[in-house]
This record gives sequence, structure tokens and C-alpha cells, in this order.
Amino acid sequence: MNAPKLGWSDVTPKSVFLNRRAVIAGAGAMAIVGSVGQAQAQVAALASRFSTDEAPNTLEEITSYNNFYEFGTGKEDPARNAAALTVDPWSIVIDGLVDRPGTYDLADVMKDQPLEERIYRFRCVEAWSMVVPWIGFELAGLLNRVGVQPSAKYVAFETLVRPEEMPGQRAPILEWPYREGLRLDEAMNPLTILATGLYGEEMPKQNGAPIRLVVPWKYGFKSIKSIVKISLVADQPQTTWNMLQPSEYGFYSNVNPTVDHPRWSQASERRIGAGLFAGRQDTLMFNGYEEQVAALYTGMDLAANY
Amino acid sequence: MEAVNSFARRIPVNAVYVAGVMPFVWIVWLAFTNGLGVDPVKAIELRLGELGLQFLVAGLVISPLRWAGVNLIRFRRAIGLLAFFYVSMHLMTWVLLDMGLRWEEMAADLVKRWYIIIGMVGFAAMIPLAVTSNNRSIRHLGAAAWGRLHQLTYVAAVAGAVHYVVLVKAWPVEPMIYLGVVCLLLLARVWRNRQRSMAQSA
Repeated sequence: MNAPKLGWSDVTPKSVFLNRRAVIAGAGAMAIVGSVGQAQAQVAALASRFSTDEAPNTLEEITSYNNFYEFGTGKEDPARNAAALTVDPWSIVIDGLVDRPGTYDLADVMKDQPLEERIYRFRCVEAWSMVVPWIGFELAGLLNRVGVQPSAKYVAFETLVRPEEMPGQRAPILEWPYREGLRLDEAMNPLTILATGLYGEEMPKQNGAPIRLVVPWKYGFKSIKSIVKISLVADQPQTTWNMLQPSEYGFYSNVNPTVDHPRWSQASERRIGAGLFAGRQDTLMFNGYEEQVAALYTGMDLAANY
Repeated sequence: MEAVNSFARRIPVNAVYVAGVMPFVWIVWLAFTNGLGVDPVKAIELRLGELGLQFLVAGLVISPLRWAGVNLIRFRRAIGLLAFFYVSMHLMTWVLLDMGLRWEEMAADLVKRWYIIIGMVGFAAMIPLAVTSNNRSIRHLGAAAWGRLHQLTYVAAVAGAVHYVVLVKAWPVEPMIYLGVVCLLLLARVWRNRQRSMAQSA
């Protein structure tokens, strides 16, 4: 499918997407044309062959159950506290081993990147999971645009530090800024996206507005939120949870039902929204994305490189 | 003090049982009316566990209060049995709703996971307490032996608090507060015993 140029003005208005789950469930049709108001209603984003056909969680579930310690450690804290976050203006520093380093305005970061809807399984390290209809573009698209130098082997990311708007940062619960990283080949994998929205709307603040990483075959904490810095580097970067507890949170943190977290099993997961008596479902290798990513780890001991 | 004691004397013990079960009724009500957020299973598990800890702490507060002249001792059995009730319901929630009767996984957890092991030690310590929480058992065991047996309360409270601290990620405040309060209440007893033995030897 060809990718038209899209901006937020092209995104489906709320009145349309609110009815959208029924449409998705019924027809599997992705190109939804709205005709609300004037000409602004259009296709939200292109469908993707990487989307799962599992039913997405509701917007309410996705936006009221979040781990975003910048806004507090409780699952409801981000929804309660994130409203004060200023997401416009927003810029990202792209530096390190790139041909065109600089401070890029968000609109510039997104320029010419085709927005797709990616309905991904999302598996938290705490053994719960959701299905989220992200909207975003491939990280590879941005990296190719800024020009990755041959010596670059890893990509490092940082979250905004702004304690006056992020109350969780007023306590040293984690070492701020939140940091994450990927190996370059992981970053270039087509599954890896920078997401700027979900359910056809701009990214809700508690989900990592205005732009966040989504790496669906890794535990959720790898998918860093509210990104302000992307650095191309030669050495494996420091990552926040690994810095806090290296025996429990490895650099790779691939979803793997056979490698337990030291304190709990990763063999199964509870699907949020499944109901009081739904129990658990088996966790899938690489969260079900084995076909797309297993080759990245050929010959690696996944128990040692957890 | 006297006012508090005379007021407490007028409260029937059964009222404590009734009031103590109300949070459970409330949780059940919320669970069936979508009042527990998007992850009701975790919310039920957490709330029941916290209530268990709260009643354990309440039970440990009775003695220090008595040293200060406030006598609530006749409510202690009710408080202890309520603690056992909530810890049991917390465990049932884990078995039925959280783990969904995945026996193999639970069995693996029981030997591998420290927070599960510690939690189960706490629960196991409470079983003999619940079984002997009646006048017949006190007569049968004799007051001294019964008192020694019921020091298992300390094991249950410490295990419960440590269980909470160990299962969370990072170091959030609330579990640390429970552990701190339990430690303070136990230290108060150590201090009191030392004072008394010094007074006796003097």
C-alpha cells in the first residue's frame, strides 16, 4: 500500500473512532472514511500486515492502567497526573553517530513518515498483557533519514525530565531520565515503531505523549515513553531498569515464557479486560513475533542474554 | 483513658466482626459492578492482602495500647480472626482468579518464588492461631502455652509485610510503611520486656 502524507489534521475524529472497534471486529476493515464536519476527516492510518487480529483493549483500559513512573508508581497515577504535561512544543535531540544530528521539532521528526495502524500485543514484565491499536511509523524510517554511520551499533533513548510537570520525578524512585536502548538491528526491524497515537487519536499523555517507542516482542518497559533524545552509539547503552536491578531486567528483555523473572514466572499472563474469571493465557515466545524477530538472536543464549 | 475504656466496654464484640467483614462485602460489590478499574483481579488481590496486613497490625497494637492504659483486649480475637479471613481470601484470589487454577505453575512458584514462599509461611503461621482462637483451646493448652503459640502472630505479621515489599518493583512507599510499622511494634515489645526484666532484677 502506498503511504499518503498524513498529519494530525487527517486523523479520524473522535466521534468516528469511538465506533471503530465494532467496525474492526466486524469486517477487519481498516480504512475508515469519516465524513464528519468539513473535509478534515480522512483515513486515520494505513493498515499493517503486522497487526494482530486479536480484539484490541478498550481505550479506557489502555489509558487508565499504565506504568509510567514519571507520574507515580500506581497504575492509575499516570491517568490522574499526566494532564499537566506540555507536549507542544516538543523536540527531539538526535545525536551521536549520525550524519545529520540536530534538534528536530516533532513535526520534522514525523515528516514524510507514513503513519500506520499497528495493532500489537503488549506484554508487561509484570505478567499482564493488552492489545493496543497504536498509530506510528517505523523507527527505521527516521534513522535512515538522519543517516546512521557505520560505526553505530546501538540506539539509546531518553525520556523527558520535567519534575514540575512529572510529579513522580520529584522522588528518586528511578534514576532520571528514564533510559532505554536497542541494538541497531532491533531498532531497524520493521516491527519497531515510534508511536504518536492510538485508537486514531493523538497519543494520550499517560501513554507517553507525544511520541514513544513500541517494541512489541520485548517487555513493555523497553518501549520508552515521551522521548526527547535519540542517540546512535557504538557501545551498549545504560538502561533504567537494568541499572536499578541488573539481575532482574536485562538489556534484551525479550518476551520469553521459558526464562523466568527471578521473582516470578513468565510462562503465562493475564489479559487485561478478560474478566474476573478468565484466568491466564500462555505467554508466546517473543510475544508471538517469533517469525519476524527470531533471526535477530540466532546463536544467542537467550537465558544468559535475558 | 477511662472514657475510652468505658466506651469500648459498651461495644459488643460481634459488632467488630460485622464491621470487619464490611470491607469484604464492599470489595465483592465493587467487583460485580465494575468498580475496581480495568484490572479487577489485581485490585481484589491487593485490597484483600492489605486488609489482612491491616488487621494483623491492628492485632499487634492491642498490647502496646494496654501498656498505655487503653484496654481493647476483648476485641483481639475478633481482629485476629478477621486478619486470617482476609489473608485466606487473598490466597483464594491468587489461586482462583490470578493463577486461574494453573496448579503446575503455582507448585513451581511455591518452591521458587521468595515472595510466594514468604507469603505462604505467613499464612501457615496463622492456621494454628485461627484454630486455637477459642476459650476451649486456651483451657486445653493452658494460658502460658497458648500465649507462646500465639507469638506466631509476629511471624505472620513480618512475613506479610516482607511478602509485600518483595513482590513490588522498585521501592514504593506503602509496602515500606507496613514493614516499618510492624518492625516498630515488635521492637516496642523487645523494649518493654527489657524494661521489665531490668525492673525485676533491680
